[in-house]
Amino acid sequence: MCGSVDTLGNRQTANVDSQLATSLSLNSTYTSDICISGLCCHTSAVMGIALTRAAQWTTAGSGTGKLDITPNNESLLKEILQFVELFSSRYPQEAKHVFNEPLQWCTSLDASDFKEGYDISGTTVKSQETDVNGHPMLQLNPPSISVRNFSQLSEIVQLAKEKKLKEVRDCLEANRDPAVKMLGPRFATVGGEDSSVLRLLEEMKEGDQSKEVTVKLFLLLQQLDTHLLSSSLQQISQEVRLSPATVKNDVELLNRVGSEGENAVLKGIQYTSDYVFINGCRTPPWRQVHGEICYLVIQTCDTEPLHVTCSTAGVFLNGGIKPGQDHAYDRTSDVYKDLVTLLKRMSPHFAENINKQDFAIQEKPPSTQKSQHVEPVDDEEQGQPQRSYEHQEAYVQQKARQQPEKNKPGGRKKLEPSLKWKNLGLASPHEEAGGNKSKKSAANEKTSESPEKMQKKTDFSGSSSPGRQSTQIKTLGAGTSLQDYSESSSESEDDEEQPERRSDNNTDLPSEYWLIQKLVKYLKGGDQKATVLNLCLIMDLNLAQETCQLAIRDVGGLEVLINLLDTKEIKCKEGSLKILKEISCNSQLRRTIADLGGLQMMVRILDSPDKNLKCLAAETIANVAKFRRARRTVRQHGGIKRLVELLDCAPDAGGLMETQVKEVEMARCGALALWSLSKSTRNKEAIRQAGAIPLLARLLKSPHDNILIPVVGTLQECASESSYRVAIQMEGMVQDLVKNMTRDNQELQMHCARAIFKCAEDKCTRELVRQYEGLQPLVSLLSQADNKQLLAATTGAIWKCSLSMENVAKFQEYRVLETLVGLLTDQPEEVLVNVVGALGEGAQRPANRATIRKCGGIQPLVNLLTGTNQALLVNVTKAVGACASEPENMAIIERLDGVRLLWSLLKNPNPAVQAGAAWAICPCIENAKDAGEMVRSFVGGLELIVNLLKSTNKEVLASVCAAIAKIAKDEENLAVITDHGVVPMLAKLTNATDDKLRRHLAEAIAHCCMWGSNRVSFGEAGAVAPLVRYLKSKDLLIHQATAQALFQLSKNPNNCITMHENGVVKLLLDMMGSSDEGVQEAAAGCVGNIRRLALANEKARYD
Amino acid sequence: MAEMSAMNRKLIQNLAASLSKQVKHVNKTEAECLIHLFNRHLEDQSDRRVGNGLDRGTFRNILHKTFGMTDDMIMDRVFRAFDKDNDSYVGVKEWIEGLSIFLRGTLDEKIKYCFDVYDLNGDGYISREEMFHLLKSCLIRQPTEEDPDEGIKDLVELTLKKMDYDHDGKLSYADFEKAVNDENLLLEAFGTCLPDVESILAFELHAFQEPVDS
Repeated sequence: MCGSVDTLGNRQTANVDSQLATSLSLNSTYTSDICISGLCCHTSAVMGIALTRAAQWTTAGSGTGKLDITPNNESLLKEILQFVELFSSRYPQEAKHVFNEPLQWCTSLDASDFKEGYDISGTTVKSQETDVNGHPMLQLNPPSISVRNFSQLSEIVQLAKEKKLKEVRDCLEANRDPAVKMLGPRFATVGGEDSSVLRLLEEMKEGDQSKEVTVKLFLLLQQLDTHLLSSSLQQISQEVRLSPATVKNDVELLNRVGSEGENAVLKGIQYTSDYVFINGCRTPPWRQVHGEICYLVIQTCDTEPLHVTCSTAGVFLNGGIKPGQDHAYDRTSDVYKDLVTLLKRMSPHFAENINKQDFAIQEKPPSTQKSQHVEPVDDEEQGQPQRSYEHQEAYVQQKARQQPEKNKPGGRKKLEPSLKWKNLGLASPHEEAGGNKSKKSAANEKTSESPEKMQKKTDFSGSSSPGRQSTQIKTLGAGTSLQDYSESSSESEDDEEQPERRSDNNTDLPSEYWLIQKLVKYLKGGDQKATVLNLCLIMDLNLAQETCQLAIRDVGGLEVLINLLDTKEIKCKEGSLKILKEISCNSQLRRTIADLGGLQMMVRILDSPDKNLKCLAAETIANVAKFRRARRTVRQHGGIKRLVELLDCAPDAGGLMETQVKEVEMARCGALALWSLSKSTRNKEAIRQAGAIPLLARLLKSPHDNILIPVVGTLQECASESSYRVAIQMEGMVQDLVKNMTRDNQELQMHCARAIFKCAEDKCTRELVRQYEGLQPLVSLLSQADNKQLLAATTGAIWKCSLSMENVAKFQEYRVLETLVGLLTDQPEEVLVNVVGALGEGAQRPANRATIRKCGGIQPLVNLLTGTNQALLVNVTKAVGACASEPENMAIIERLDGVRLLWSLLKNPNPAVQAGAAWAICPCIENAKDAGEMVRSFVGGLELIVNLLKSTNKEVLASVCAAIAKIAKDEENLAVITDHGVVPMLAKLTNATDDKLRRHLAEAIAHCCMWGSNRVSFGEAGAVAPLVRYLKSKDLLIHQATAQALFQLSKNPNNCITMHENGVVKLLLDMMGSSDEGVQEAAAGCVGNIRRLALANEKARYD
Repeated sequence: MAEMSAMNRKLIQNLAASLSKQVKHVNKTEAECLIHLFNRHLEDQSDRRVGNGLDRGTFRNILHKTFGMTDDMIMDRVFRAFDKDNDSYVGVKEWIEGLSIFLRGTLDEKIKYCFDVYDLNGDGYISREEMFHLLKSCLIRQPTEEDPDEGIKDLVELTLKKMDYDHDGKLSYADFEKAVNDENLLLEAFGTCLPDVESILAFELHAFQEPVDS
C-alpha cells in the first residue's frame, strides 16, 4: 500500500517538476516504483517486505514512522500476533533460539504484569530463562524491554492480554526489520538477488548444527512474510483507488443532488481551494506527495461542517483545513472508500435521504435521454456524470466504445446517478468484494427487466406513469431534438474515454523501441546540433505507428520534446513540433502532451515571429485539442486569440509569392486548430469574440480546398450557436457556402451542406440559399449516396430548407421527393432522420402527398414508426401525419395498421415523440373511414390518451387536446373518455397561457360538451371563467375555438351566470363583429343563450 | 583630407557598383554599406596590411560578436569558406559574397556553403571521420560508459545511414543536398555555421541603415 502511494506521489511530483524544469534531461522515476508496487517478493526477505511495503506508515517512506491504525495494518498486526502467540507451542526448539540481538522497545507493561518464571525486583524484571552465558532472555527496565527469543515473545503476548496488539505494534515500530535482529544482518531486507540462505545451507552441511535452527526459524519467518503479503495483496486489490477525476465527479454529483428541495441530503459541499493543478489535484504539491487530491468542507443537515481530505487511498476527516487558516492535515477518522460512504457514516440524515434520491438524480444528467428506455445498456453511460453538452457530441463515439468501458476497473463506476447507485454503490463493502461480478449481474437484471416493462406497456390498458416520463424529459423539447442530432453527426472524434493501454511486456518490444530509447537518450544529453540531428532521426521513423508513439512516451521522450519547446533554438522547436504533430494523432499521447503542459508552450510559440513555427504549433494544437480539457487549456492560455490572428492573411491569396504562400499556410493551420477547438461551446464564443467571423468569411472565398475545409468545418461546428448563424447570414457567407458546395471535394461539400443544415433553421438563410441557387447543387449531391456522411448532411440541408414553402416548390420542380422516398430504406439513422424530416415538410403541400404515395413512400414511412430512434420518430410521426391528411393515403396507412403504431408511440417516454404521434393521430381520425370504430378497437387506447393530459409539456398537451377534440366527435368514444375523467382534466388546464394549447383546449372542451352532464361538470370544475379570458387574445384561431366552446357551455344556465359575471358579453359583442363567420355565429349564439336566460329570469320574477 | 575622403568615397562607390553586379542579393547601396563596414573592421585590425583584408582573428571576432557563433572549429571553417582564394585573408569581395549568403542566401546556396564548411579536407565528401570530428563534443559524456565516444560513433552511423543515399559510406554533395531538401533542419546538422534570424535582422539594421558617410 505504502509503495503504491509513493508511486502516485512521485508521478505527481514528476508532473509538477516537468512544468518547472527547463533542463533537457528529466529522469523518469516510474520504473523503480512500479517494481515496488508490484510487491515482488524476494526469497531473502523475511517479514520485512510485508512490513515495509504493505503496512501503512504515517509518513510515506521515512525512517522511523508510526504504524497507522488502518484496517489493513490491523489485520497485519493480528496475523503477526497470532503467529507469535502460537510460536512457542508449535516450534518449541526454534522458540529457544537466541536472537542475534535483543528486540527492544518501550512497553506499557510493568513489573506487576509478570508472574512466575520471572525474578522481580522493584520495577525491573528478569526472566529465569537464560542463555548459556547466564544472560536473562527477557529484561524489563521500564519503560524499555528487551527480549532475546521467541518463547519470551510468546510469553509477553500472553501476559499483555488486551494490550497485546499495542505491544506488537510498539515492538514493530521500534524494530523496523526484526529479522535482522533475530537472525543477524545477513538477513536484512534487501532488494535484488541474495544468496545468504544458500551460504547458510552450505555452512550447515559443513556440520554446524546450530545453524539448522536458524534456517528453520528463517523459513518460518519467511512463510509468515509470504502469507502476510498475499493477504494484504488481496486487500489492496479490493481497495478503491480514487483519482482526481472520480473525486471531481463525486463532488459534482453531490452538489447536484445535495442542495435541492425538501429532501436535500446536504447543505453544501465546497473545495477549500479553487486552484486546480494540471493533474487535477487541488492540494498543495507537498501534500500531493502523500496522495492527497483535494480538501472539502461539507455542510451536512445534521452535523457540524465536515472537513474532509480526499486522497488516493480514500477519504477521511482531517483536523479542519480551511482556506487561509492553519492547516491541520492529520487524519481524524477512519478511511472510507469514497465520499458517499463517508457521508453515510457521518451523517445519518444523508444516509437516510440518499436512498430517496433515485429519481431526482436520474433526472439530472443532461444527455442521452434519447435512448434511455429503448436501450437499457445506455444507462451505463449515464453513470458517468459529465457536464456540458459535449457529452452529447461524443455520444455516438461512446456508444461504439462501450465495450472497453465496461472492462474498466471497478473504481471508475463507484458513483452512478441512477437507480443502480442505490443498488450497488451503497452495497456493503463486503458485497463490493464481489467486484465487477455483482455489478454485472445487477446490470443484467436491469436489462432483463426492461423488455418486460416495455411489453407490459404495449398493452394499452397499462397506464403510462406520466410522472416518471415528465421527470426524464423536461429538457428535451421539440426544438432541441434537432440540435442533438446535428451535433452528434458533426463530431468526429472526441476521445474522452479512451482506455489507457500500456505495454508492460518488455519481451516483445519492437526494434524501434530500443532505437527510440537510444535517440531520446542522446536527445537529453546533446547540444543543439546533436538535438537537431536526433530530432531528424526520430522524424525518419514511422511516427504514425502506434508502437513508435508509445515508445516515445514510455522512454520519456515527450518530456524532452516539450522542454525543447521552451528553448530559444528555433530549429529545436521546429524539430520537436514536427514530431509532436505526428505523434499527437494518438489519443493517449495527446493526453500526456496536455498533462505535461505542452499546450501552453505551443500557445506561446504562436507569438513567435517565425511563421514556420507558428504553422507547426497551430497544427499540433489542432491535433492535441481533440478532447475537452485540452480545448479548455488552449482557451485559458489565450490561444484562441492568437490562432484567430493567424487567419488574417491577404484576401487575394491566389498569388504565388513565397510570403503569400506562407500566409495562406498559416491561415490553414490556424483554421485547423480553430476547427478542433470549436467543438467546445465556450470556445465557440471565444472564437467569435476574438473576431474570427469576418476573417473566416474572407477565407471562405479562398480558391484552395485545403483551406476551405477547415474554415467551413469551423463554421459548421460553430453554427450550432445562434450568434454564428446570424453572422453567417449577415456576412454573406451563405453565397460562398453555396458556391463551395459545387466544388469537387466531398469533404468540403459535406461541411458546406452541414453548415447550411444548421443555419437554414433561420428563415432568411433559407431564402438566401434559394436566391443564390443553392437548392440545385444540394439536389445533385443526393446522387452521392455512397458517402453516408455527405448524404446525411445533404438531406439535412434539404430538410431545413424545406421549412420554406417556396423552397418546397423548387424541390418539387427538381423532383426531390421521388429521390428521397428511395432513400427511405437501407440508410443509417442519421440519414433517415433527415430524409423523413424533409418528406414531412414536403408533404405539407397537397401535391407532394400524392407524389409520396405514388412513389410508394407510405409503406416505408409507416414501417419506420416501429423504430427506436427518438429524433427519427419525431420526424416520422410528422411525415405520416402530413400524409394522412389525404384520404387516399389514409387508406394505405389504415391498411398497414399505421394508426395503431402511432397510438403506441403515445407511450414513448420522449414528449416530442408523444406530441408528434398525437398530432399525427388527428388527421388520421379525420380521414379514416370508420374512425370511431377504429379508435375503439385499440384496447386501453382512450385511457392512454386521456392520461397524457397529465403531461407537463405544452406541446404534448396541445396535441393531445387536438386529438381529443377529434375523438370526441364520436359519441361513443366521448362517453368512454368522459368515464376516464377527461372533463376535470381539461378544466384543470384552462389556466394555460400558451396560445396553441388554449386553442386546442377550447376546441376539445367544445366537443366534449356534447355528452351527458359534461357542460355542468365543466362549469363546476371552474373551466368557464378562464375560457372567457381567452377572448382577449389577438389570435383569430383562438377566438374561433373559444367562441364555440362558450356557445356550447352557455347551454347551461349556471355557466351563463359565470360568463356574465366575468364580463363575457362585451367581449362577445366584439366577436360578433369578427371577420370570421363561425366566430360571429358562435358568439351570437352564446349571447343569445345568455339573453334568453336573463329573459326567463325576468319572466319568472314578474310572473 | 576632405579630398581624400571624397576620392575614397568615389572609389568605394565604383567598387560597390561593380561588386553589386557580380554578387547576387546585394544592391549597390548595400554593397557600399558593407564595404564601409569592411573598412572599419580593417582599421580596427591591429596588424594592418592593406590590401589583404581581414585576418582570421578579426573575422572570428566578427562571427562571434555579430553573429553569435561560438564553436571554434566551425568559425575556422566559416573563415575558410569565406576565404575562397585561400590566402588566409577575407578580401572585400569575399566579404560581400560570403555575407550575401549569410543574409540573403537561397536554400541551394546555403546547402553549398554548409557543405563546404563541413567538408573539412575539401575533397568533396563529408567522410565518417569528418563527421565524427564535427560531432565530437556534441553529446554529454556519460561517465558510466566504457567508451566515451560510443554515443557519438553511434550517432554518426545513424546519421550516415539516414543521409548516405548512394551507400558509399560517405556523404557526397548530392547526398547532402537531397537530405537537406527533404528536411530543411538538416542544413546545419553538423554545427551552426549560419546566423540566426535575429542576428541577421540586427546586423542589417546596424549595417544598412546607418548613414553611409559617418
